[in-house]
Amino acid sequence: METIPEKPFGQEPMSTDPRHFRAYRMKRRWQETHDTFTIELAAMDGSEPVNFAPGQFNMLYVFGQGEVPISISGDPRQPSALTHTVRAVGSATKSLRRLKAGEGLGVRGPYGSPWPLEGARGNDVVVVAGGIGLAPLRPALYELLHRRADYGQIVLLYGTRSPTDILYRKELARWRARFDLETLITVDRATDGWHGHVGVVSTLISKASFTPANTTALICGPEIMIRFTALALEKRGVTPENIYVSLERNMKCAVGFCGHCQFGPLFVCRDGPVFSYPRVKGLLAVREV
Amino acid sequence: MENLERILAEHPFLAGMEPSHLEILVGCASNVRFEIGQLIFRQGEDADVCYLLRRGRVSVEVFSPNRGPVVIQTVGEGDVLGWSWLTPPYYWHFDARALDPTLAIALDGKCLRRKCDEDHGLGYVLLKRVATIIEQRLQATRLQLLDVYGNHS
Ligand SMILES: Cc1cc2nc3c(=O)[nH]c(=O)nc-3n(C[C@H](O)[C@H](O)[C@H](O)COP(=O)(O)OP(=O)(O)OC[C@H]3O[C@@H](n4cnc5c(N)ncnc54)[C@H](O)[C@@H]3O)c2cc1C
Ligand code: FES
Repeated sequence: METIPEKPFGQEPMSTDPRHFRAYRMKRRWQETHDTFTIELAAMDGSEPVNFAPGQFNMLYVFGQGEVPISISGDPRQPSALTHTVRAVGSATKSLRRLKAGEGLGVRGPYGSPWPLEGARGNDVVVVAGGIGLAPLRPALYELLHRRADYGQIVLLYGTRSPTDILYRKELARWRARFDLETLITVDRATDGWHGHVGVVSTLISKASFTPANTTALICGPEIMIRFTALALEKRGVTPENIYVSLERNMKCAVGFCGHCQFGPLFVCRDGPVFSYPRVKGLLAVREV
Repeated sequence: MENLERILAEHPFLAGMEPSHLEILVGCASNVRFEIGQLIFRQGEDADVCYLLRRGRVSVEVFSPNRGPVVIQTVGEGDVLGWSWLTPPYYWHFDARALDPTLAIALDGKCLRRKCDEDHGLGYVLLKRVATIIEQRLQATRLQLLDVYGNHS
């Protein structure tokens, strides 16, 4: 039988009753790329901000349009600016994009297991993000950099489809200028004017400076990318137990009641979304779980 | 020569190779350097070199009449550039251009082929290493073609 993992160090969800929303309003929205935007939300009643741990997500409900799990992408030390980065792929995410400043939405959470930043102390940390997968990892990067002295090398490897799909450009430029963070970016398809790496993100693993035996790796992106990245990290000598992945499944209740997000014996909402790699490795190779 | 042998031994492609084999390979090797933007080889030209990259980055490009040069991959420190010396008709299939000041060991393709024909033990060891790298590149290229970041239904 699966055990429910330890509770994260972020705040408990406000309620485990999926009908309990908190009313928020959209403060600001800005476009990151052609299909991805970031929103900043504020509680309608002006109440205290809700703390969260890097890797956790909220359920966002656009009234009458549907509800979706979206990771928190802001700085955990500034929870008052509740920030989410969303890729508009379908009805609910597109209705989030249509929300105007001041308009309301429902929020419940934060839910889910966080990235194991405490356990990684003293280790090198390799953060591997693919596409929108950088959003759930950004809070982890903020926290790693806040506590920079607690870690060895910190490496960010980021892959996207093309240069125009790169998220958080200004921030990435700042991170690339830091001497205490190695940031490597690659694209699958180069366009004119791109002078960076071309190729899938797993090809960056051999180029980064870290000591595999003392490395904790955090991976988020499409599942195929996760599989190949974990394999490449293992090949380089990272212990599988030190590799963590964040998985996505469609969700409804987000609190372990409905079974919608089932992944083999696991519920992604309750047992994840962040899992240690050995826990899900076998399942990732199976076609239907 | 001794220095070149050390550099060869330190390159990931040849790491752990028998000293006797390294000694043979040194006879085919020379140090080369490319400036930013310099064309290293061009599609259709004779492919008679294998480059072991030591520093810098190189783009592998294909020229498209509509789009101009399209970068399909970049390789860098520790990588191997160029397989076409291995199989007939020994022509480059792509262009390669230095993106940074680039240092490499150039292994003469004709020399390599001759040495491998003379010493099948060396040939086997070398081909196994080349096959491993080609397999890795093929996997990476397949992933790239999958367009994993697309909006899949
Ligand atoms: C824990 C967790 C955290 C998440 N964090 C984020 C986040 O930070 N930002 C974010 O943008 N998304 C995130 N997602 C994914 C997000 O929840 C889905 O994209 C969303 O539920 C899609 O709902 P929709 O109604 O807009 O699209 P639907 O109408 O349900 O789907 C429309 C089309 O989009 C495709 N689609 C659905 N989901 C995805 C997806 N994830 N990627 C690509 N195509 C998809 C469907 O196959 C379909 O073709 C997360 C998911 C989980 C489980
Ligand atoms: S979404 Fe209901 S159990 Fe996970």
